[in-house]
Amino acid sequence: MRRFLSGDEAFAEGVRLARPHVVSAYPITPQTVVVERLSEMVEDGSLAAEYVHVESEHSALACALGAAATGARTFTATSSQGLLYMAEVLTYAAGGRFPIVMMNANRSTALPWNIYGDQRDSLALLDHGWIQAYAQDNQEALDLALMAYAIAEDSRVMTPFMASLDGFALTHTYEAVDVPEPPEADAFLPPYRTANRFDFENPVNMGYSAGPEYNRYFKYWAHRDMQAAAQVIGEVEDRFASVFGRRYPGLLEAYRTDDAEFVVVTLGSVAGLVRHEVDRLREAGVRAGMVRLRYLRPFPYEGLAQALAGAKAVAVLEKDVSFGAEGTVHTNVASALHRAGLAVPVRGFVGGLGGDDITAEQVRGIFARLQEGPEGPAVTFLGIDEAAPSPRGPSTHEESGVRQ
Amino acid sequence: MSSQNGTAGKGAPAQSELFFGHKACAGCGGSLAVRAALNELGPHAVCALPAGCMSAVGFNFPQLCFANNAIITPFAATAAVLSGIEAGLRAQGVKPDDCTVVGFAGDGGTADIGLQALSGAIDRNDDVLYICYDNEAYMNTGIQKSSLTPFGAKTTTTPAGAHAPGCLTSKKPLFEIVAAHGIPYAATASVGYLPDFVRKVRKAAGIRGTKYIHVMAPCPTGWGCDVDETVELARDVVDCGLWYLAEYEGPAVSGEPGGRFKVSRKPRQLGRVRDYLRRQKRFSALSDDDIAAVEAARDAKWQQIEAWG
Repeated sequence: MRRFLSGDEAFAEGVRLARPHVVSAYPITPQTVVVERLSEMVEDGSLAAEYVHVESEHSALACALGAAATGARTFTATSSQGLLYMAEVLTYAAGGRFPIVMMNANRSTALPWNIYGDQRDSLALLDHGWIQAYAQDNQEALDLALMAYAIAEDSRVMTPFMASLDGFALTHTYEAVDVPEPPEADAFLPPYRTANRFDFENPVNMGYSAGPEYNRYFKYWAHRDMQAAAQVIGEVEDRFASVFGRRYPGLLEAYRTDDAEFVVVTLGSVAGLVRHEVDRLREAGVRAGMVRLRYLRPFPYEGLAQALAGAKAVAVLEKDVSFGAEGTVHTNVASALHRAGLAVPVRGFVGGLGGDDITAEQVRGIFARLQEGPEGPAVTFLGIDEAAPSPRGPSTHEESGVRQ
Repeated sequence: MSSQNGTAGKGAPAQSELFFGHKACAGCGGSLAVRAALNELGPHAVCALPAGCMSAVGFNFPQLCFANNAIITPFAATAAVLSGIEAGLRAQGVKPDDCTVVGFAGDGGTADIGLQALSGAIDRNDDVLYICYDNEAYMNTGIQKSSLTPFGAKTTTTPAGAHAPGCLTSKKPLFEIVAAHGIPYAATASVGYLPDFVRKVRKAAGIRGTKYIHVMAPCPTGWGCDVDETVELARDVVDCGLWYLAEYEGPAVSGEPGGRFKVSRKPRQLGRVRDYLRRQKRFSALSDDDIAAVEAARDAKWQQIEAWG
């Protein structure tokens, strides 16, 4: 059924179709609508889940972890500081191999305090052992909710799944979304069955400690299974297409990259704008292309190398920066190119921070810079006036003119 | 990531033992509390333990020491994981009738870092039993002060010196804090009075909703006493009145608005605080004035306790 839904609502619909046993929820803008809708679904009986009103994000994920240890299908959602607050539990969930699904509303991190979208929250936690996917639109958000369980729960993967939606740009923006019927969803997503659970016939101890002689094997296999997720994602998308008729392109979407000379690599909702500008440039005779990273973990090394093999220059456009370095996506893309032996120059563009708009003009500017040649800074912040004073304020009394 | 108890089978103790083969220090009061509680709760209890002594000594892959289903939790998250386990079992309809979802956390894991999650679970009245084994400091990390470390105790972060004899704060009144939530059932206990502790565990297991038991569990390593003094000290601390055995039944259980406190053991005359303190190296820097202050604080506390009836 076609419905007019915000990203948060679309994701909640996907979760309802996935039939989790336990939903643990703590509100944070702009995630709130997801947990509100889910509470309504539980209230009206359309979702037969235990809804646990936890007192923090740390407990939200810890509660999901406890439920997952019983073999239950679980869901939680968060954003920004909430994600950072639960960060230590992310490694428990990943190390315990609990296929929890979590939605993250991508939002700026404090300070300055800011409720609007950027990707600094989830990208800061790229190394916590979770699959990380980024939706482009609300249809993909709903579809990711369903596919997330199929991927995370696959016996070859057994890894928790974080699906990120750009705060407000997706979470609070309404689009027409096709909502599958429950029988279709049931056909696609079977009930969760696992041996990684408590067992009253043969009790198990879970989540133990392991010294150096064993620890490396736990970590090695977590890495191997995360790599294996790449193939499982492809298989799940094939199955998804056969049931729902919508096909997704795996870890990344390559748009008009076959003969592209100038390619912007990006992620999330801004891909729509970049795609539009690629089309305009193509009409003007410029061989422009775009790569939209759908998954950051597992990272699409091969797909990127393939998509960028013929490029003369590559830009990475992301709503993130690792202070003192470059954008985290930039680092990963550069690594993939280096690994593939491709000497194509990569420039980083940092924009959209704290909900800042990324404009069509800025995207055109990025393509223009790529065409200008290899000179120029490795990392550029969009919309910065170098002459403007720092807002951080004076750091000494002398500087501020205050007398001690 | 799960494994059957690695020590079960050959050479395993009698079937009634559910926590064995661990590497707790000699004379560990915490392991005694866990063992006694599980003995009462039986093999269908599901355990959650945060970072702390009992997880450090019991969960070392591949030597896993719980014959029950058991899991390590993030330090702050004992109660939240308990809630999740209970919700998960119930939602799937697979919770056995005789299954108690039980947490074992230390004093730091309960009164400090785990207090928020504990408060949340009580607020939701989730059907779980939370047992705090109180050895009065962060023993697993090497005897650092917690908010349940008593006045005058030397720890590695409250050293005795020219300015202080040790810890300058007194124990957070956690039992009362928990009771203030209107929890269905809360109790204090001591491994020195094991039958009382076990009775309270049994009672808690029979009550629906959140239950909390705070059991005094001496730690010879951290307290500076002989390893065969654990039970004696756990009795002395009750007999001299620095700890007390009590119960709280919330409105749902007692039928009284605000609930009802009850003292389980009323010493006819409180023993000498000095004798209890002087048996432990951690109190060695206390002056006579300090001891008098401890005694005065005890007397004040007992005025409150006696009012419970």
